[in-house]
Amino acid sequence: MTKKITIEPVTRVEGHGKVTIHLDDNNNVVQSRLHIVEFRGFERFAQGRPYWEAPVLVQRLCGICPVSHHLAAAKAMDVIVGAGTGEGLTPAGEKMRRLMHYGQMFQSHALHFFHLVSPDLLFGIDADPAIRNVIGVAKEHKDLAVMGVMMRKYGQEIIRATAGKKIHGTGAIPGGINKNLSDEEKDFFLKGDDPMNIDKMIEWSEASLDFFKDYHSKHKDLIDNYATFPSNHLSLVRKDGALDLYHGVLRAVDAEGKKILHDVDYQDYLEYIGEEVRNWSYMKFPYMLEYGKQEGWYRVGPLARLNTAEFIPTPKAQKAFEEFKAYTNGKPNNMTMHYHWARLIETLHSAEIIKELLNDPDIQGDDLVTKGTKQNEGVGLIEAPRGTLFHHYKINERDEITMANLIVSTTNNNEPMNLAVNHIAKDWMNGQSEITEGMMNAVEVAIRAYDPCLSCATHALGQMPLEIALYDKNNNLIDKKRK
Amino acid sequence: MSEKVKFTIDGKECVAERGQNLVDAAADNGVYIPSLCHLRDVIPAGSCRICNIKNAGRIMTACTTPVEQGMEIENDISELNDMRKAIVEMLFVEGNHFCPACEKSGNCELQALAYRFQMMVPRYPYEFPIKTPDTQDSRLWIERNRCIKCKRCIRTIKTEDGKNIFAFQERGHKVEINIDHELAAGLSEEKIQEATDNCPVGSILKKGTGFSQPIGTRRFDKEAIGSDIEKVV
Repeated sequence: MTKKITIEPVTRVEGHGKVTIHLDDNNNVVQSRLHIVEFRGFERFAQGRPYWEAPVLVQRLCGICPVSHHLAAAKAMDVIVGAGTGEGLTPAGEKMRRLMHYGQMFQSHALHFFHLVSPDLLFGIDADPAIRNVIGVAKEHKDLAVMGVMMRKYGQEIIRATAGKKIHGTGAIPGGINKNLSDEEKDFFLKGDDPMNIDKMIEWSEASLDFFKDYHSKHKDLIDNYATFPSNHLSLVRKDGALDLYHGVLRAVDAEGKKILHDVDYQDYLEYIGEEVRNWSYMKFPYMLEYGKQEGWYRVGPLARLNTAEFIPTPKAQKAFEEFKAYTNGKPNNMTMHYHWARLIETLHSAEIIKELLNDPDIQGDDLVTKGTKQNEGVGLIEAPRGTLFHHYKINERDEITMANLIVSTTNNNEPMNLAVNHIAKDWMNGQSEITEGMMNAVEVAIRAYDPCLSCATHALGQMPLEIALYDKNNNLIDKKRK
Repeated sequence: MSEKVKFTIDGKECVAERGQNLVDAAADNGVYIPSLCHLRDVIPAGSCRICNIKNAGRIMTACTTPVEQGMEIENDISELNDMRKAIVEMLFVEGNHFCPACEKSGNCELQALAYRFQMMVPRYPYEFPIKTPDTQDSRLWIERNRCIKCKRCIRTIKTEDGKNIFAFQERGHKVEINIDHELAAGLSEEKIQEATDNCPVGSILKKGTGFSQPIGTRRFDKEAIGSDIEKVV
């Protein structure tokens, strides 16, 4: 008789989901799935609202990286008010938005690595869950915990200075921004009391990266072989191939590094990207139309970005990038746990970019908004912490939104997360007579590498956790774990 | 020539011109009587009832009550404040007020009063009425979901020859604000801005300008509603 395991809720991820694992008579994994069980409906209730409200309304999808939605919607609205994309904004408009975005990237990556992931690395995947959490980190590794909390705080303060609030601000408006950076704010971030200044943040970012590399050198088998599988990778890149998290063209490479989406204008994303619906999850499965549902799926996020980009335009992160690329001889990196490595390189890059922007006089300019000839449709793309985020809106002559389509970062990672779950379920559970909490956490570790935000991904309203269920071959529930 | 009269509000001695309405007279003496529909120098409507005070034991609207010599007014007392809070709560449940995405947030007098009265959750069930915004005008978005029927727009925004731009339509519970699009087309940009500014909530919006004021600089970001009056004298 086969069994079905349910892990519900999956913990230390954003949003609510569950994992089901089907076992046969010999306790071998037959099938496993990550189900997203929330539904929200933002695409529907944005309809009828004024277009200028979208950046503020739609960011309510999430409290972790609302800035991504705020900016993606604002970028779409830039097109609608005739300000164009990217280069169309005033220097102050674009650079304030970039500062907001890189501040967010910095705080979100810090949150993910220190609060959500570090307990697995510091205590072990199958350690006692009573210790394997952020409180355990604070007790046993105080310096790391303080670093994580203060890095997140610094990023959040950047968001507050640019968006007006740390969560759900209003800074980005169609065609630009509603404020510049004051002298007081600039000095606070550049020369704040220790540790709240950018030089300390760069130093800590390097220390975080060193911590991971040291861990990697001691746990190569875990980091290199955990849920590793080949895939396509997709992200925005700057026109010259540089890593750019705010704006660029859409590029994808295959598992061998061959370019398969050729730096296209994201206004035309519908020509390249499709979404498949499966009846067991509220989260859709995006894929590249040219390569079909079977072959066209891809990964997004830090790992994908470092696979598509040719270089990083800041010195310290570039050095780290070269080391990262050398590890796979310049080929795309398909190791799931290397998401953490890539994420920490991006954290360092974000800190360097923040310093550049803070020292740029343009960011204190007074010309904040660009307007042109109004359009009835606009697409905004941004590289959110978790990956490429698509916002697409249409409006009518009365300024009402008539259509909204959101493809959220985590949605783009749906297929790879399912594959990762399948890999780990097989590696850890095949043939085992008893399913332990450690085995189930192993599945979560694979999901956690993608830093999924399940609330965003379904645009859903609900609680945060995720569960795992175990079923027999007749689909009878025999075990269920909820955390 | 105007005649000065003396009166008290919660025991505080005040002086005002005879016949001045109590809300303005109180403000001139550093006393805040909360109100939503009242605007200084505009004929009062007495429609929102937030400014209810007690005069000789009777509850009456301060905006429609002229000051008289020797009046002893009760204002900041728990009975009245709870009544005012209840009205604010009713206004919230009778409309669709989603502050998180409203561009008037921070400048909204209804929201500011809810904060002043420390409203946590309304005591009445939400009605979630179905309202349709009027979005036809090229410059104004009439957001009926948030209208509190204060009539400020009806009373203050008129054509140069005195014709009303705004009016109520329907009756009773169904009453809603309406706009004469033909007349509105002739309004100056200043009048459009005045219509937006006079609306105590986010019901009359100047199109395409929302959220242009940064958080931290909005009217009630730093000071609670009424505190500007209470600081005077």
